[in-house]
Amino acid sequence: MAPVPIEGVLVLAAVLFTLGFAGVLMRRNIIFILMSIEIMLNAAGLAFVVAGSKWGQPDGQVMFIFILVMAGAEVSVGLALVLRLFHRFRSLDADAAGRMKG
Amino acid sequence: MTDLLWLIPFMPIAGFTVLVLAGSRLPRSVTGTIGTGTVGLSAVVSMLLAAGFGVKGDGYVVTQTLWQWLSVGDFSPRFSLYLDALSLVMVLVITCVGFLIHLYSIGFMKNEEGYSRFFAYMNLFVGSMLVLVLADNLVSLYLGWEGVGLCSYLLIGFWYRDSANGYAARKAFVITRVGDTALAVGLFLLFTNLGTLQIQELMQRAQAEWPAGSKIAVIAAALLLAGAIGKSAQLPLQTWLPDAMAGPTPVSALIHAATMVTAGVYLIARTHVLFTLAPPVQSAIAIIGAATLLLAGLSAFVQRDIKRVLAYSTISQIGYMFLALGVGAWSAALFHFMTHAFFKALLFLGAGAVILAMDHEHDIFKMGGLRSRMPVTFWTFLIGVASLSALPFVTSGFYSKDLILKLAWSSERGSVWLWAAGVAGAFITSLYAFRLLFVVFFGDRLTRAKSDPGISMTAPLVVLAALSVAAGLAALPEPASGRQAIQQFLSGVLPAAHIRDERTPELFLLLIASCASIGGMLAAWLLYVLFPRYAEGLVQTRAGRSVHRLLFTGWGFDRIYDRLFAGPFLWLTRINRDDFIDLVYEGAAWYSGVFHHLLGLTQTGKVRWYAFGIGLGAIITIGIAVFL
Repeated sequence: MAPVPIEGVLVLAAVLFTLGFAGVLMRRNIIFILMSIEIMLNAAGLAFVVAGSKWGQPDGQVMFIFILVMAGAEVSVGLALVLRLFHRFRSLDADAAGRMKG
Repeated sequence: MTDLLWLIPFMPIAGFTVLVLAGSRLPRSVTGTIGTGTVGLSAVVSMLLAAGFGVKGDGYVVTQTLWQWLSVGDFSPRFSLYLDALSLVMVLVITCVGFLIHLYSIGFMKNEEGYSRFFAYMNLFVGSMLVLVLADNLVSLYLGWEGVGLCSYLLIGFWYRDSANGYAARKAFVITRVGDTALAVGLFLLFTNLGTLQIQELMQRAQAEWPAGSKIAVIAAALLLAGAIGKSAQLPLQTWLPDAMAGPTPVSALIHAATMVTAGVYLIARTHVLFTLAPPVQSAIAIIGAATLLLAGLSAFVQRDIKRVLAYSTISQIGYMFLALGVGAWSAALFHFMTHAFFKALLFLGAGAVILAMDHEHDIFKMGGLRSRMPVTFWTFLIGVASLSALPFVTSGFYSKDLILKLAWSSERGSVWLWAAGVAGAFITSLYAFRLLFVVFFGDRLTRAKSDPGISMTAPLVVLAALSVAAGLAALPEPASGRQAIQQFLSGVLPAAHIRDERTPELFLLLIASCASIGGMLAAWLLYVLFPRYAEGLVQTRAGRSVHRLLFTGWGFDRIYDRLFAGPFLWLTRINRDDFIDLVYEGAAWYSGVFHHLLGLTQTGKVRWYAFGIGLGAIITIGIAVFL
């Protein structure tokens, strides 16, 4: 298998990360924000994996497994919070949480 | 026996410690006994040591090193005591007169609050003064010097509930501080140039290294002189002393007779080598002394307050001592210090008895005819006044003043003018002294005075009166050298004055000085007993009134200082009421408040806004890391 061109993959990762970040900033729906964060995490993971293959080291893939685990944990906590927020405000609008002053 | 030297300053300080710690719980009799007894024991010890001097001769010196005080680099003063003929005379006078004043205070203060506080301060006062005169180096001398200043503050403001007394105490403290600062600078100068502060070593090195009249010697001597002027209330720092009368009368006696004000005289006598190396400064001492004795004498003449008369008289008499120091008549200054200590303590204690008998009335024109009511006080006061006026042959004041006047004429540094100032001063002294006596004790004014106080107060008066007369014995010529006994005694420490011209018309000078003092007495008799209306009329004229006001306010020095120093200072404080340095701190508080509000605006509670902040921060940080 021909080696993957590292520059192309890094550009892809950067594009994915930027898309994710833009999603975080622009979406109001909290579920979509969480999904955008997942995209950012995976973009970072992709960069790790390609870097690991470039240097012939397993560390990149080890790091990706960490990120997967962390993303799973994050999603479970995040979804629990989303549920609580929905019970409270009857909406999934992230800005609605701004009403919790103090 | 010489090992007992440390006991002299230790006893009063121990008394102070006991009275401060336990004084309020002790009965009054015990307090008085401790206060008086410790000073009395010091007097006994100093007399024992004086006996040693009688045996061993004039150049005899007792030293005792107590401990190493501190050690910093080259500077390692020991705490040691040094007793020679000069400090012995001082110590004897301080302890004996101090003892009598303490004894008198037992009666005087018996109905006052703060009885133990009073004796504690008095003991500390005597203790500090003893440290001052027994000091072996200038650092311990300075310790005693400041201790005396502190105690004068505490004692002048003893009746602290009256704010005027507090003002007088602060005034004394602040004005003497001006001189003390100069003295401290002088000490630094001496140490940096000569590398020691041990007095004897210092004098030797100064003599060896500094040529006479060199600039450094003049500056050092001038700084020491400034310190002496502040403490001894000479021109132009004399204004604190008349106000210092706010304290209880025994305090005035102690400050003016035995201790504080003579510290300056002692300092100059102790470091006389330095002053002989600085002829301009020595001339300045003589001129300051002559001017002070005249100005203060004239002020004393018009005062109404019995204690203020004596206060101005003290300034004037110390002027005589400065005159003597200035013309190089060191031992004459010490002799006058001794006689003055006796008769001025006597006069103050007599005045205290009068004030007590008049229920704390100070105005002499509300007194009169006390002669028959208070015979003991009258006769002793008469002796004091006669001694102050230097009435010929029977009083000790005559001998000491005569010695000063003679040397002011004949010494190398003396001149006719200094002598003339001294003689004019003698006339004025006699005039105001007898004015005081005549107004208070003569006349037939009806006053509601009580009679003589009890034995504990009259006994010191009688003893001091006897001393005022007997101290004249120190002027008896020694058969061996033909010099006066006191000069002979001090000759090991203080050199004799250089006589300019051997052909001094001594008899003529004696006659003039005697005429001056008797003339003053007669003038007072004419003005205040025979024709009292004439003096009153003189004051009523326009010129008389303005002159009277000028003299009464002590030549307006207070007003000049108010205008010159207090006024501008108060003006500065007024315009700077909201301290401008505070603006810096208030500005810092204001800016942090503003930033707080600005940052508070960013806390919107919107998750996406925060995420934007994090992203922006990350981009900026990475940008800095990459591009810089």
